[in-house]
Amino acid sequence: MSVGFFQSQPVLTALIVGALVSIVSGLVGVFTVLRRQSFAGHALADLGAVGGSAAFLLGISQLWGFVGAGILAAGLMEVVGIKRVQGRDVATGIIFGLGLGFTALFLYWDTTIKNASNAAISVLFGSLFVIDSSVIPLVLALSAVAVAIIVIVYRWLLIDSLNQDLAAVRHIPVRLVGILFLVALALAVELSALTIGAVLSTALLIGPAAAALRLTKRVGVAAVIAMAIAVGSTWLGILISFDSYAWFGGGHNWPVSFCIVAVVFIAYLLSGIALPVRARRARLVL
Amino acid sequence: MTATPVETTAPAPVLEARGIGVWLSGRRILHDVSFAVQPGEFIGLIGSNGAGKTTLLRVILGLQRPTSGSIEIGGKHPGHGAEVVGYLPQKVALDSDLPLRARDVVALGLDGQKLGIPLPSAKRTALVDDMLAAVDATSFADARVGLLSGGQQQRVLIAHALISRPRLLLLDEPLANLDIRSSSEIVELLARVSRERGVAVLLSAHDLNPLLPFMDRIVYLEGGRAVSGTSDEVVQSDVLTALYGRRVDVLRVEGRVLVVAGPDEAHGHDE
Amino acid sequence: MFSDFMTNTWITASVVAIIAGGVGFFVVLRGSSFLAHALPHGAFAGAAGATLIGMDPILGMGIFAVGGALAVTTLGRRGRSDVVIALSLVVMLAFGALFLSLGSQYSSEVFALLFGQILGVSSAEVLPIVVLGALSAVAIITGYRPLLLSSVLPEMAAARGISTYAIDVYFALVVALATAMSVPVVGALLMFSLMVGPPAAARSFFADPLRAIPLSIGFALVTVWIAIAASYQSNLPVGFFVTLVSAVLYGIGRGWFALSSRRITVAA
Repeated sequence: MSVGFFQSQPVLTALIVGALVSIVSGLVGVFTVLRRQSFAGHALADLGAVGGSAAFLLGISQLWGFVGAGILAAGLMEVVGIKRVQGRDVATGIIFGLGLGFTALFLYWDTTIKNASNAAISVLFGSLFVIDSSVIPLVLALSAVAVAIIVIVYRWLLIDSLNQDLAAVRHIPVRLVGILFLVALALAVELSALTIGAVLSTALLIGPAAAALRLTKRVGVAAVIAMAIAVGSTWLGILISFDSYAWFGGGHNWPVSFCIVAVVFIAYLLSGIALPVRARRARLVL
Repeated sequence: MTATPVETTAPAPVLEARGIGVWLSGRRILHDVSFAVQPGEFIGLIGSNGAGKTTLLRVILGLQRPTSGSIEIGGKHPGHGAEVVGYLPQKVALDSDLPLRARDVVALGLDGQKLGIPLPSAKRTALVDDMLAAVDATSFADARVGLLSGGQQQRVLIAHALISRPRLLLLDEPLANLDIRSSSEIVELLARVSRERGVAVLLSAHDLNPLLPFMDRIVYLEGGRAVSGTSDEVVQSDVLTALYGRRVDVLRVEGRVLVVAGPDEAHGHDE
Repeated sequence: MFSDFMTNTWITASVVAIIAGGVGFFVVLRGSSFLAHALPHGAFAGAAGATLIGMDPILGMGIFAVGGALAVTTLGRRGRSDVVIALSLVVMLAFGALFLSLGSQYSSEVFALLFGQILGVSSAEVLPIVVLGALSAVAIITGYRPLLLSSVLPEMAAARGISTYAIDVYFALVVALATAMSVPVVGALLMFSLMVGPPAAARSFFADPLRAIPLSIGFALVTVWIAIAASYQSNLPVGFFVTLVSAVLYGIGRGWFALSSRRITVAA
């Protein structure tokens, strides 16, 4: 390990913020995968970029831009939302496309009016190493809100995610659960979008959760494993990125988002090796 | 095998299953299932949920390889005689805005596996129209299939399965989501096409009552084991008690049959 | 707006719209919007990598698009397809981030690959697009019936010996081909929007697929033509107008469908 890893303030901030968003993403991700809403999760991350690029233009904090746009988009998806998976897929696609269209417009104005030529890359790919440590309290607060939502409606969410008919029979407010989940999803996704970038936040949301659900069918256990994988991947990715400066002749850090995604993907592939072993054993346990 | 003289007039069975066994994920789904289907027969495959009906149909289709036993369809192995078997799966979900008319679904049954865009052909249209008429679907032939009622969709799907002139038609729980009237209409329709076209029909259901007046024979599945014969032979307390492995009562009430399994576990097959 | 310099733009955009409208019909039919998003956006990384080592961007794009299509379908056999698409997309994008950090590309080029910069198409770029476009069209026409059957009634298709997996791979490769031909010139966003919005709108108007597909192509053409004209006049990014027109068409289509299906229900 390089000298100075723990002495560097940007690295410490990255480790703390990275761990926070990983915990939220891991928890929310398990339900995202169970509910087959990976596309919505990814779309919300990119749609946050609309807010991010607008915030650039207006000169306000990017975090608020991301969170505001994310929650707005989540609400819109629920309104347009069509029950069947196929209709939902198209509705997500249309809103997603429109959001990206506005992103293109705002980014264009960022470049031409504000002369921020790197806005596109910064908004889309982000970087953990350039976070101001003053955002930590805010990230902490928003993470707490997302986790609280999931914890409060945990049982309803679990039943609704596994079997909608069962949820209806038990008089669970399915619609409310759906909206609350999308809000939690939007918060989780926007937080990670801001840290590892809008485009790559999907990795932290889906990868650890999908890997965990291959290792266990118990949702609670899967959530804990997913959080552990997410935090581990983020820290390992940060370390690799930091150390990569000296590799291959040196002089260049590999992008931190690339390193994290690579670790997450390897974790997912490794979990696949465990899958056939499990499949031979008994059935689904709740 | 003893040297019994073979009746030369008897046609070969369209389906013959001998000792089929299937293991999935360490569980025995089917155990030593044997039965035969003669051309033009109407057979009910009766069993509760999880009895192994869908697995058995998948074996016949060649989508699931049996762990033991053998099966022949029209004298061939499953999957090699695709044109011999027509199939209607359980729960076909058709989106309301699906851009297909009823006649398009039927036409796909005729030549859906061929390459290229279908050219307009009077012969093709006539075949599709005939088929639609045979299942009483002419009045909604040009309607969007996703907007039809459950019973109407079932007719269209039956036409899709029948138009390639199979010798055996497999239907997985075709009555599951239908009201009583549509369900008896569908059974009557199937019995009629089976008779008129000489197609053998193998239909799975968890309730045998709607089928009773029409079935030639019954294959009763429970816990992966099967007995077959006419409904009077099979639906008897002693036969089903042996199949279930516990006491089963068969009650006949006003033309309906109620199968009541032993008191240790609720296993009603009346609804 | 109709000068010689713009001729290439009109030709290219029209070819892209025709292919997007046709392929998009099946994207919507199969509920594959996520795939239609992931391949163009992920494959942009291939173009970035190709530029880095001095290769033709279309080639880099093609390699990433085909690789992505194969990864999605093979990994999807054992994992959930939406999960596998999401992960394949982020891995490709992560490589994009790596290539961008290694190279010295201007962010305006990244912007063009993602959001489209249709107003500057060179003559040399037109031929490959037309050839690859023709190839995509042939692939869709050839596979038309099995694609239709397998997309709508997968189990009945499988019972007839049409493998669902083979169709998945075939279709993902067609989307990859359409992606590789279009994205280096028109951008990922434009291709994605064209493959979802116009087809989703068209299927609301016609129940007959052989009418819905031409209408889908017509909608896609109208969308790009309006977008190019608006972009030319206003100097704003073309991707913005494409998504806007697509969304409006989709809204009109949904409204029309709601009205016409209510009429049918009342009549019945």
